[in-house]
Amino acid sequence: MSSREKEPTHNPLRPGTLEEARAQTMNEEEFERVKEILGRVPNVTELAIFAVMWSEHCSYKNSILELKTLPRSGKRLLVDAGQENAGLVDIGDGLAVAFKIESHNHPSAVEPFQGAATGVGGILRDIFTMGARPLAVLDSLRFGNLDDAHTRFLFDGVVRGIGHYGNCFGVPTAAGEVNFDPAYSGNPLINAMAVGVLHVDRLMTAKASGVGNPVFYVGSRTGRDGIHGATFASEELSGDDDAKRPAVQVGDPFAEKLLLEATLELAETDAVVSIQDMGAAGLTCSSTEMIAAGGVGMDLDLDKIPLRQDGIVPWEILLSESQERMLLIARKGHEHKIRKVFDKWELQAVEVGRITEGGRFRVFQKGETVADVPAWDLVLGGGAPQYKREYRKPDALDALAAFDPLTLPEPDDCNRTLLTLLADPDIASKQWIYEQYDHSVRTNSALEPGFGDAAVIRVEGTDKGLAVKTDCNARYVRLNPRRGTILAVAEAARNVACVGAKPVAITNCLNFGHPYKPEVYYFFHEAVAGMGEACRAFDTPVTGGNVSFYNETLGQAVLATPVIGMLGIMDDVTRFNGSSFVESGDEVYLLGDANGHGLGGSSYLKVIHDKVAGEISTVDLDHENRLFDLLVKLAEKQLIRSAHDISDGGLAVCLAECCITDRRTMTGVSVDFPADGSIAAHLFGESPGRVVVSVKPELQTDFEREARECRVPFRWIGSTGGDNFRWKDYIDLPLGELADAYYNSIPDFMNRS
Amino acid sequence: MTEPETIETTRWGVVIFPGSNCDKDALDAVGRICGQKATPVWHRDIDLEEFDGIILPGGFSYGDYLRAGAIARFAEVMESVIEFAGHGGLVIGICNGFQVLAETRLLPGALMRNKDLRFICREVNLRVERSDTPFTNMIETGRVIKLPIAHNEGSFYLPPKQLEELESNRQVLFRYCDPNGNITAESNPNGSLNNIAGIVNRQGNVLGMMPHPERRCDPLLGDPDGFDLFGSAIDYINRN
Repeated sequence: MSSREKEPTHNPLRPGTLEEARAQTMNEEEFERVKEILGRVPNVTELAIFAVMWSEHCSYKNSILELKTLPRSGKRLLVDAGQENAGLVDIGDGLAVAFKIESHNHPSAVEPFQGAATGVGGILRDIFTMGARPLAVLDSLRFGNLDDAHTRFLFDGVVRGIGHYGNCFGVPTAAGEVNFDPAYSGNPLINAMAVGVLHVDRLMTAKASGVGNPVFYVGSRTGRDGIHGATFASEELSGDDDAKRPAVQVGDPFAEKLLLEATLELAETDAVVSIQDMGAAGLTCSSTEMIAAGGVGMDLDLDKIPLRQDGIVPWEILLSESQERMLLIARKGHEHKIRKVFDKWELQAVEVGRITEGGRFRVFQKGETVADVPAWDLVLGGGAPQYKREYRKPDALDALAAFDPLTLPEPDDCNRTLLTLLADPDIASKQWIYEQYDHSVRTNSALEPGFGDAAVIRVEGTDKGLAVKTDCNARYVRLNPRRGTILAVAEAARNVACVGAKPVAITNCLNFGHPYKPEVYYFFHEAVAGMGEACRAFDTPVTGGNVSFYNETLGQAVLATPVIGMLGIMDDVTRFNGSSFVESGDEVYLLGDANGHGLGGSSYLKVIHDKVAGEISTVDLDHENRLFDLLVKLAEKQLIRSAHDISDGGLAVCLAECCITDRRTMTGVSVDFPADGSIAAHLFGESPGRVVVSVKPELQTDFEREARECRVPFRWIGSTGGDNFRWKDYIDLPLGELADAYYNSIPDFMNRS
Repeated sequence: MTEPETIETTRWGVVIFPGSNCDKDALDAVGRICGQKATPVWHRDIDLEEFDGIILPGGFSYGDYLRAGAIARFAEVMESVIEFAGHGGLVIGICNGFQVLAETRLLPGALMRNKDLRFICREVNLRVERSDTPFTNMIETGRVIKLPIAHNEGSFYLPPKQLEELESNRQVLFRYCDPNGNITAESNPNGSLNNIAGIVNRQGNVLGMMPHPERRCDPLLGDPDGFDLFGSAIDYINRN
């Protein structure tokens, strides 16, 4: 049944077999459990329903026990993780932020344009079905090396796909990150995050209720696209996945835009009981999750589902992942309000079922019952399986950590080293990407891509701002998954604090290999532990997220990549800081440990010495908290002119970026900060908890007093001015040369045929 | 003592086609920032009598299917817009709105795929070519303003003879330029002929432009150069 070929006359009632269960990634034990639950052998339609709902993608069966250890509540959280389509954070004045990140890795590996486009579409629907208007999209991407032509094809297609969807839909694609490593070449990572704002009293839930209430199918018609997308996402790529193109959906951002407007108009009425996107596992997942959450049942009439083509059989209708569709439970007697809104937007809204008593999901076609299953047993948090997986620390880790970067020779030409680092695609300007995204539509983008450490978006109708950023340095995770994930949370929070916002909550997208491999699962277990530790320390609870296992090609896993999506809040959106120096004559300070070293796992080791090794830095969580506090205060009191986090490439790259990231006001700097030991570590070390700020001379005293009060170490390191970046006798480069290396790198790759 | 001359609030309609996505931005710019009365106009509405000016906003009307603006020209509201323009009413088409105006032939030319075949979103420099129009009377000729572009099909094309006519009629209002106002190939982001970014009709009351002035009215978003454009139009309406 995993193939699209069907028997000449499909019988939806024929009993399913163990072979068919296996073909849908269900094991024998699970098949036996289905028989136990039903008290009989499931028919092929029911088997398909169980298989897809118990797939990794829908059930989180191999991750949920670990995820439960995360801090998932807090005073700002209006719903606990997993309760609704996305996390909900109170921002005061009756408003809340809904935000979530999700992967669309496997579809993008096969069909990059549509795979990435529909990834954006899916996460947007998760946000606006709650009644929130999307304010921003972020994208966290990972590819192989750009000197590989196939990687360039994937990269180009993904960027076009994201742009196509977001631009047409009309949401600013405001921030994100991209990294390149050969480990991702067969299995790129495409994680899309959406952020929206809603009035708390107009929150639309995903919990069905009210026996007798009608069920509406709204949006586009159902076709065969995306069938088994959820199970496709729950197995590794074979290297010959072109045959899986039918599992990739096709997106229509225009239809989605109409759905958005119609949904938000409905949120203003009292006609809707609940609503959910038909995402992974389509009609099946949306129906059963909604009724399971509400403790009710549903009768669904397949004859009424709008179809795009003939000959689609029940399990296909139930599992189709055709895009731009939603399921809506209306309040009985208010159906006309639903129809009126959807008529206005020229969208379909068809009554396809009713809410019933008793918790059964019953599906009918041509008068026959083609499926009759208990909803609770299908869903995550209900009867879906939960497994504790074995894990084992890979032997190689200790040896990698034992490597001492200081045994390497010092760089003989720091100028050349800096230019090489600036041109490394991980570090180089991402202008080529973000210029293909509309990042200023809706006129709320206060800080646009490239100009700051995080995007700053005004909350419409208020003075408040949101700062958002995704982060994960997978090299660090590779060397020490727990510490690496703590570093990812810390960097995301620091970025948000650098622009002037208080970090308040995270979402996460956990991209890993095959969970049944103990060494892969070790990374997962440790990453979740690290995330929990950091989020507890920063009081940034985990509002929800997504797990993507099976990111492997031909048995080779990608780098474990736990992407953190951070939300920050600022009371006055006008008081943000960019990352670039603004003017000559300002004083430049280093916040944090002036003796930071941190060459382990650094870009310097990878790019210059082709090594991913060494002990990675520990994070002083208390220091980070004090640093975040200080940065927010400095922004609120407007005591600094710029703030930029030190990360990939260390202090040298950070300072170079401060000089050139705003091309309208490129400003040089003279640095007087001698190395006390290794020059490589001093210039290119990446130890965390450090930020470069620039300060107007007349505000120096106030600035220093504030830093002292917040107990954050600081050190004056130089002054802005001139047309060069000068640093003792280590570095002296004209800004033009820095800018050429930084801005031309990715375009030069992409201009190759 | 004579009463000080009261400046009347002008009334603007912002047309919403299915797929428009800069409608809110235009309403916000003219309404909240410029303090005028700005009202959404649904694509099925045909009564534009209450308005002093009409804005066709950016976005992807009808998904830009077939060709950008090609379907929107058949929307019911467009007949009224043509009539409104015919009576000398001010019409501003921004981005997709410009494409719609070109499709309806209220403005000459066509907007083709960008020369690099990629969507481009960035702030560009524009040289203002005339200050004697309803849209630029507050901006001196030759001034360089900065506005963002965000489009896939913004490469302005017109056959040579008509282009010559357009130029000799001084219908070009904005050209892509470098920060010093020089019209260069490097400063042309999309391959538009003669670096053309915005034009008016012969009568001068219909403006089409690819850059987004509504995204540069609120100082939060950058230098508010777009404010001067709407301010000019408001001033023109008040004086006429």
